[in-house]
Amino acid sequence: MSYTGTFRIWRGDADGGALADFRVEVNEGEVVLDVLHRLQATQAPDLAVRWNCKAGKCGSCSAEINGKPRLLCMTRMSVFERDDVVTVTPMRTFPVIRDLVTDVSFNYAKAREIPSFTPPADLAPGEYRMAQVDVNRSQEFRKCIECYLCQDTCHVVRDHEENKESFAGPRFLMRIAELEMHPLDVADRVPAAQEEHGLGRCNITKCCTDVCPEGIKITDNALIPMKERVADRRYDPLVWLGRTISRRRG
Amino acid sequence: MTTTARDAGGRGVGGRGVDSPGRAAIGARTLRSDRWWLPPLATTVGLLIFIGYATVRTFQQKYFFADERYLTPFYSPCVSLGCASEPGAAHFGMFLPDHPLIPYAALSLPFLLLFRLTCYYYRKAYYRSFALAPAACAVPEPHATYTGETRFPLVLQNVHRYFFYVAVVISIINTYDAIVAFRHPTDGLVVGVGNLVLLVNVVLLWCYTASCHSCRHVMGGRLTHFSKHPVRYRLWTWVSALNTRHATFAWTTLGTLILTDLYVALVASGTITDLRLVG
Repeated sequence: MSYTGTFRIWRGDADGGALADFRVEVNEGEVVLDVLHRLQATQAPDLAVRWNCKAGKCGSCSAEINGKPRLLCMTRMSVFERDDVVTVTPMRTFPVIRDLVTDVSFNYAKAREIPSFTPPADLAPGEYRMAQVDVNRSQEFRKCIECYLCQDTCHVVRDHEENKESFAGPRFLMRIAELEMHPLDVADRVPAAQEEHGLGRCNITKCCTDVCPEGIKITDNALIPMKERVADRRYDPLVWLGRTISRRRG
Repeated sequence: MTTTARDAGGRGVGGRGVDSPGRAAIGARTLRSDRWWLPPLATTVGLLIFIGYATVRTFQQKYFFADERYLTPFYSPCVSLGCASEPGAAHFGMFLPDHPLIPYAALSLPFLLLFRLTCYYYRKAYYRSFALAPAACAVPEPHATYTGETRFPLVLQNVHRYFFYVAVVISIINTYDAIVAFRHPTDGLVVGVGNLVLLVNVVLLWCYTASCHSCRHVMGGRLTHFSKHPVRYRLWTWVSALNTRHATFAWTTLGTLILTDLYVALVASGTITDLRLVG
């Protein structure tokens, strides 16, 4: 059953902008991105919106809907009442380029700061052998579609621009956890997680987990385990003593 | 199409946070239209109720031992000289001075408080509800600067595991209290409603303690190769299953602690009578 919905879309660029009101047809089964495409086709052909797969797998159409970071393609119109005003804005943590499109290069810069997978020197590609039970934890983090909604909602950088230099954000702290827990990664990533990537700034308020469209338990399975590993090294003399005596790596 | 509230210039009112230069000039600090303030408000009220109740009962120093066998967890282990007022309540000796400002269970209560204060779930709860950092997702926090848990005193959150170790010992003591409560000094083995109350409370306390994130790490989370440590991996999977309900256990045990203590206090004060099911 079709109806005409009311939408408030942010239009503008780095020099300024405003919320613009539109009345757009909404059909049964549609998602917010479908409505934006209809808006482009009928009323605002110059509306900028980044999208690609329309299936929640490419991570392109991240935005904020009624103030919540969400994927445009995974937000069903059926979650709203017909008389609701649906407000769509760009992600508010990153610089805006135009309309709903933001410059997410902050995330690429942070990704480059993390040393890549480091296998043992005596293992050649093709010789990697791992037990499934050992890679399960890392595989959960590989579900990430890099939509950066977790980065967008994290108050450490969202509310404090000055922290962007010293804080990698949940997505990349999770990347460090993924490699740290990987059975064939021999790099020591714990000190850098705390000192270079700002793990200590995370106060585990779980917004990253709340907004993750892949349902990854970022806080419980990546950030807190990394905090515990940091505690092993820096705040737990018993563990330090045990490691010094045994000189073993789990 | 109508256009509203255009903010030419590209920067918001405060010039920080979501109003930082270069970000979309939206004007409103948050556009969330749901009742985002309700969870932090409910958390604040819930925690304040518990803090208020626990403070009053801790320093009341009476009605803590009922029917010569029920010891409330707020007074366990009862190690103050004041415990002499209730023969049978002190299982581990009496050596702390009897003073109105020294809780009878001064050996355990500070550690239990610190265990919960540094707990990863409660940290989330009070950072959101008391510090408003942030009150809710995508709702701006009021602080001008933010350093997280990198500086004193919040850097001390990292010693949570030590309070976990102490909490395990205290849980063992609570378990002992619940078991010896089945034996009445004169009637022998008895089962009353109070026994069930103590038992349910201690089981849930174990669930909360065992579901702790530090416990999860100690049991096996710190390992890189689970396949080399099958027993610890099994323990880790059990704790992980409990860990997904850590917040639930955190709140449930606050409730059962109050209910258990209230039951003991009501029986001890003679307000109600403990119903005996056996013996």
